[in-house]
Amino acid sequence: MSGSSDAIVVGAGIVGAACAAALARDGWRVTVLERSFASAGTTSVGMGHVVAMDDSPEQLALTAYSARLWRELAPRLDARSELDVCGTLWVAEDDAQLDAVHAKRVVYAAAGIDAELLDAAELARAEPRLRAGLRGALRVPADSVVYPPGATLRLLEFARADGATLREGVEVLELLPNAVRCAGETIRADVVVNAAGTTAPSLTRGLPIVPRKGHLAITDRYPRFCRHQIVELGYLTSAHAMTNESVAFNIQPRATGQLLIGSSRELVGWDARINHDILRRMLERAASFMPALRDLSVIRCWTGFRPATTDKLPLIGRWEPVPGLWIAAGHEGLGITTSLATAALIADQLAGRATQIDATSYSPMRVLSAGTAA
Amino acid sequence: MSAINIIVDGRTLAVEENATVAVALLDAREYAFRTSVSGEARGPLCGMGVCYECRVTIDGVPHRRACLVVVAAGMRIETAAARA
Repeated sequence: MSGSSDAIVVGAGIVGAACAAALARDGWRVTVLERSFASAGTTSVGMGHVVAMDDSPEQLALTAYSARLWRELAPRLDARSELDVCGTLWVAEDDAQLDAVHAKRVVYAAAGIDAELLDAAELARAEPRLRAGLRGALRVPADSVVYPPGATLRLLEFARADGATLREGVEVLELLPNAVRCAGETIRADVVVNAAGTTAPSLTRGLPIVPRKGHLAITDRYPRFCRHQIVELGYLTSAHAMTNESVAFNIQPRATGQLLIGSSRELVGWDARINHDILRRMLERAASFMPALRDLSVIRCWTGFRPATTDKLPLIGRWEPVPGLWIAAGHEGLGITTSLATAALIADQLAGRATQIDATSYSPMRVLSAGTAA
Repeated sequence: MSAINIIVDGRTLAVEENATVAVALLDAREYAFRTSVSGEARGPLCGMGVCYECRVTIDGVPHRRACLVVVAAGMRIETAAARA
């Protein structure tokens, strides 16, 4: 097998960290190259939701598989990872959304994901601070929340325990056949994994990844304000449509007692400034679902960039134009959830093992065959 | 100067009227206003509403800055001790 071969992972976000851990475990001599510091990119600016998501069958297969891997990993996570199996509530505002909630339960059940319907009264009991008049919700009890930078550091610890090396402050300038070129050095490797997130296309031309901006706000500590991660059912519509801007209600209780409030999506290039108009709409949207939020103090707002692909699926697999190069990028807002499955798919394929789910749909080669290269 | 009663962590305390909550608590030798995320005791630092270190729960409203609120008769205050 891969016994004494060298692998380089470019990027120490959660996806790169997961790849490093999986490859090191398989016996690869892994070096992780990170231009800044571990988890400094998209990983540190998102919510950290481990969630089954059914925008497409391929997305559901990947998130369900990855959620299972998170459950298996749970006993090995530490306090810093802040794993909280709080479950997700998908909230329906009207009858059409209630129908969609029913349909969603059927889809989840078929994928082996437990989910239960809550009627209006059950929803009010489960989350008394939601506004009156909501129609119901789908509760997915196995969904969880992690603190992504903490989980990333934990994954890197696993990688190091299996012999991997993390080099921070090393910028990769070019991916070559079986090698990477950095300032002042070229490092040879049998396998190179481009896990550079939003900057992956600058290293591998043709990857259809664009930075999709999001705002988040976090409150002061209000323990037990809510119990679940709560998401409006319209979130998927907002997340799916590649429109210029959208907001959707999403709230997450953190281990500290703080509340993380999202979400927004914008395509505005790399402009990281707070857009006060969209931030206001995002918070208004949240307060329309949970009126008591108006009495709480937000202590910090920030923006981040998700690595979004045009077809809404990540790019995971071999990139044939460059010998030895593999891609693990383009996870948009699901990178925390799907990091572990991404790593497993790559490790299994490199080892010649059967993958646990069909890996074809995620292959970056679909970009070339579809002729959609950017 | 006259005194009024406030309730601090369930205990009735006579304090000077027109004092801020911060001054009233410090006069009563209450130094641990709140606890940090990692569990450290915290109390007033700047005294002018900037540092947020002196936050207490006043009449049920959490995270109020003790240095900016003037005591009132019957005011209920919860410090870190209430949550310990």
